[in-house]
Amino acid sequence: MNDKKEASLVLQNVSHSYGATAVLKELTLQVNAGEVVVLVGPSGCGKTTILNLLSGYIQPSSGTVHKTGIIRTVYQQDGLFPWLTVSENIDMGLQPIGNTTQRTKERKELVELIHLEGFENHYPHELSGGMRQRVELARALAGRSDILLMDEPFSALDYQTRLRMRLELVRILKQRPRTVVFVTHDIEEAAQLADRVLVLSNRPATICRELVIGTARPRDLTSGTVIETMKEILQALGLPQ
Amino acid sequence: MINPENAIRKRKTAGILLPVAVLVGFILLWFIVSYTNLFPAYALPSPASVVKSFKEEFQAGRLVNDIIASLWRVAVGFVLSAALGIPLGLWLGQHVYARKAFVPMLNFFRFLSPLAWIPFAILWFHIGDKPAIFLIFMATFFPLALATMSAVATIPSIYFRVAKEYNYTGWDLLTKVTFPSVLPQVITALRVSYGISWVVIVAAEMVGCQDGLGYGIWEARNGLRLDSAVCYMIVIGVLGMGIDRLLAQLTKLPNVRWGYER
Repeated sequence: MNDKKEASLVLQNVSHSYGATAVLKELTLQVNAGEVVVLVGPSGCGKTTILNLLSGYIQPSSGTVHKTGIIRTVYQQDGLFPWLTVSENIDMGLQPIGNTTQRTKERKELVELIHLEGFENHYPHELSGGMRQRVELARALAGRSDILLMDEPFSALDYQTRLRMRLELVRILKQRPRTVVFVTHDIEEAAQLADRVLVLSNRPATICRELVIGTARPRDLTSGTVIETMKEILQALGLPQ
Repeated sequence: MINPENAIRKRKTAGILLPVAVLVGFILLWFIVSYTNLFPAYALPSPASVVKSFKEEFQAGRLVNDIIASLWRVAVGFVLSAALGIPLGLWLGQHVYARKAFVPMLNFFRFLSPLAWIPFAILWFHIGDKPAIFLIFMATFFPLALATMSAVATIPSIYFRVAKEYNYTGWDLLTKVTFPSVLPQVITALRVSYGISWVVIVAAEMVGCQDGLGYGIWEARNGLRLDSAVCYMIVIGVLGMGIDRLLAQLTKLPNVRWGYER
């Protein structure tokens, strides 16, 4: 259904600075097709800058960005257009599908996928924070997108909703596999979701630790792998445990 | 025991009864003041004389004619200034340098009372609909353009990032992203400038017209018929409120509700 062999993201020796502030320095990073890469790091270290470079929203000061495939971003909050209903927001992502019947079918499937049947004609301000993030996810998955960039998508939610949304994301990615770059400051999230965690250093950001997690998802929050991974991330961040 | 349904019904009834009570009280007070001759009859017309002049003006057909004349002028002036002011605001909102260049001048004209244009209005457009329409335009164009502009300038940048990712460009970007995101504020600006234009029309018709509600008041003054003036004032106030209620319906459109509920 979704040909992801083509999807790839590569940053090569990328440096970026805003004025005199160097944010990234000689960063090289490759994301493989179908992989979930989670970036964690201290706040203000340039995580969002990396996403902006990957999405093409900004161009690097030096170095190269290679990307193939359709890229969509899920934002922390307010990424939905408030003047459009749930259906209409999802339709934005379905634009590439020319056939109306096909599009209606796709939309219905996506609404079912995020469990929002009956809310199709609601506006974002009539939904809870978790529901809104699910709609954003559906919109980003719609059509033929290949790569999802997720910019702290759950950090505006309360803790329990956040836990539930992680499970949702795992379930949804099982049904609709995508290449994912996920930025967060939540190490739990990283340990539960990632195939690979990249721990970033302070500004200017470089990758100071790379952790590959082989265990299949979903992963229990209190499982050994997750606890171990969290320990390693904390260590890499230089935080006392 | 508090019954929520009862509480809602009670609030609704109060919403109707209280203003009616104030209105009745006000009219009663007017009755008493004029009945006791606190002011001489030529300075404060009695309710009865106002009702009588209502009947006269209505039967003579003047009142209806004046209402239509005024509504027509306000509608034309208002539509003209919305049709030009909103696009100008959209454009200015998107171009920083255009903003820098034009905003001081727009502000200057905004603070210039539209009544200051009366000499020009009459010189350029003589007597009739045109000078009144011109004055309405001058009164509403600048606040509308400026309000639209500042609404555009404060659109959260995230909407444009999303728009870029979903390939909205050019006309689509303007009509499907920029415009809907400022629409709630534009509707508010429309209501405010409609209020201005309803105030301005009265003054405009006093000098540049041969009919209209403002002219009616001017005529009443010339004939020392304050009863007729009051009757016109009542019509102006009631019509103004009514049309504002109509415009307020725009804020109930489902795709602008978000702008009023945050």
